[in-house]
Amino acid sequence: MTATTPDRGLPAHLVDFVQALRRHQVDVGPGETVDAAAVMAEIDLLRREQLREGLAAALLRRSGQRQTFDALFELWWPLGQGAALGEVALPYSEDGSVDIDALRDLLAELLVDGDTAALSELARAVVDGLGTLGAGRGPGSGGSGGQGRDGAQGPPSGFSSYQALNSVKPETLLARVLAELRGRRQADAADSPFAEEVARRETRARIAEFRRMVQGETTRRGSEIRGREAAARTGVRRQAEQTDFLSAGADTLADLRRRVAPLGRHLATRLAARRRRAHRGPIDMRRTLRRSMSTGGVPVNLVHRRPRPGRPELVLLCDVSGSVAGFSHFTMMLVQALREQFSRIRIFCFVDGCVEVTDLFTPGADLANILTEVHSRRGLVAWSGHSDYGRAFERFADRWPDAVTDRSALLVLGDARTNHQDPALGVLRAVVARARHAHWLNPEPQRQWGTGDSAAIEYGRVMPMHECRTAAQLAGVVGGLLPV
Amino acid sequence: MGSDATGRTTLFDSVDDVVTRLGDVGYLASNAVATTVFLADRLGKPLLVEGPAGVGKTELARAVAEATDAGLVRLQCYEGIDEARALYEWNHAKQLLRIQASQGQDWDATRDDVFSEEFLLTRPLLTAIRRDEPTVLLVDETDKADVEVEGLLLEVLGDFQVTVPELGTITATQKPFTLLTSNATRELSEALKRRCLFLHLDFPDAELERRIVASRVPQLGEALAEELVRIIGVLRGLELRKAPSVSETIDWARTLVALGLDTLDDEAVRQSLGVVLKHRADLVKASSELRLN
Repeated sequence: MTATTPDRGLPAHLVDFVQALRRHQVDVGPGETVDAAAVMAEIDLLRREQLREGLAAALLRRSGQRQTFDALFELWWPLGQGAALGEVALPYSEDGSVDIDALRDLLAELLVDGDTAALSELARAVVDGLGTLGAGRGPGSGGSGGQGRDGAQGPPSGFSSYQALNSVKPETLLARVLAELRGRRQADAADSPFAEEVARRETRARIAEFRRMVQGETTRRGSEIRGREAAARTGVRRQAEQTDFLSAGADTLADLRRRVAPLGRHLATRLAARRRRAHRGPIDMRRTLRRSMSTGGVPVNLVHRRPRPGRPELVLLCDVSGSVAGFSHFTMMLVQALREQFSRIRIFCFVDGCVEVTDLFTPGADLANILTEVHSRRGLVAWSGHSDYGRAFERFADRWPDAVTDRSALLVLGDARTNHQDPALGVLRAVVARARHAHWLNPEPQRQWGTGDSAAIEYGRVMPMHECRTAAQLAGVVGGLLPV
Repeated sequence: MGSDATGRTTLFDSVDDVVTRLGDVGYLASNAVATTVFLADRLGKPLLVEGPAGVGKTELARAVAEATDAGLVRLQCYEGIDEARALYEWNHAKQLLRIQASQGQDWDATRDDVFSEEFLLTRPLLTAIRRDEPTVLLVDETDKADVEVEGLLLEVLGDFQVTVPELGTITATQKPFTLLTSNATRELSEALKRRCLFLHLDFPDAELERRIVASRVPQLGEALAEELVRIIGVLRGLELRKAPSVSETIDWARTLVALGLDTLDDEAVRQSLGVVLKHRADLVKASSELRLN
């Protein structure tokens, strides 16, 4: 561990921490840092949870930043160093290795009780006893329970949550915990599918929580060996809004889903405000002049035209092939949130065929269902199941020639990877010429446009193309583009 | 109540003090809430509380006011709120009457007269600043107000003084404890956020929520309360349009008491789930995923 803290004192350590936050895209200004210092002066530094909340209050400005903050807090203000074991100890068998069966019994018991504090202590013990890599005690070689804990065999070279979890296999305890819970329930409620389902979901959440605890502890222990800078680089996830759509993992996606819903609401309010502000049309010369008669021909009061009635139309063309699955999912969530803002919205999905799916987006419909439904529509895949933009555009122009009119805004969502097929630029150009606005949102980083089978450059000449890699970018682009 | 180094009176002595005193008035504060309330008081900064509806943001202001025997001044923001509604306004009608009643008086005297305290209608922000007693100022649903009002709030919350051109500058004798709430329907400006301490108030953990239910609806048995909180926890894990909040948990508990139910079996849940889930789609989804049908 880079033990620079004692030499430079607490203020320097705080600044270090703030810089780490900045490296993780949490914007912290000098003013906030000063606030944080004031917080540290007021608060009992021995109460770690209070310090955590205090620093969060001073340094953070948005709720989405909290996860990053917590992860970094664990590294910069660690719970302690070394094993830091509490009251829950690992069971050891005769020969000195960890008794996995007894450990699983213990874990199952704690899961049944839902004792979070004990679970977190057990997680610590598990990482210490089973997660050690290298010179320390692996799960096979075994330590000598109790004494000689910190290794006569030399310090460990690292910690692995994978190794620790793989030997405990907490997921496989689900059935056992459920059976135990079923036994505890009152007799009359024992066979209720609802109670069973609630218990199942709750237990699953607890197991996931335990996994997270083990992973957190691994990061903490690892940072002592590798230094916290290195641990922060690899161990701290990005904020959900900053995550690439195309490379997001399963839990980041879930996190993103939760965040996109309010994003849609944000956009809707912003749009409503823009529309209110734009409610006055251009100056109506005739009525202005007529009114100027009462002021002796001087046009003191300007009269504006009434705003055009009718709300704009939106036509959406989404690539839903496998390569952009994550992206199209989020765009559709946004679209659904924006639905009520547009009187007419038509949604088309394509892979190498093209189908209209507007009817699926009813208010309150479940998005997961919508997506399965979309993929089961006939005509979506006409040929090979690989995206073929040219063929899809041809089909779109052919089948729904009246979809795009001079009142509609056209949004195309996709990575423009044509699998080396004809991009059908002419067809698209004709459609774009008819539309009032046309924009393309591309989830790929701009530097990859035009590489390989990407026709992004060509399409970019036909209609403006925008990079849209993260939820934050998506919200910005969509918010800026949508017609008022 | 003590005082800090500069002699300004502070409301709370320690974080634990916050927990106890808020607890005495029926607000069970989590560690995060207690710490930020303590700091907002100590550092004299406004506290911006953000979070989903129904987790007790407004309630927190009420509890702080009650716990510290302070008066609560509330400014409810809405679309189109302006200076005249938030800060102060001259009572035009009364001024006109005064001018008409003083026929013959010279202009200077009349002018000094009609722009005096008597004709000033103070609105919440000015009221809070002028009060001599301890005050809690609650600016509710700040995100509903327009951006211009944020500028006004910046000015007022920055140094707690207001300039009324005809009367001069009014400075707060005692900085009110200020709490702003927001549902995050739009991002507040960076400048405003920078002036505040930030607290994201989320759903409480199961233990705290159980205690909240127990303190709010004591008639509900302990076992039932625990069961209730477990189910709420699972419901929050589903991806619903509106996840149930603490207020829904309490409503549900009250409903169960009113219906005279003492176990939470399938039938009881089926009957009363509408109290917790307000959207039809959510109800359908929860029933099917939790196998209630």
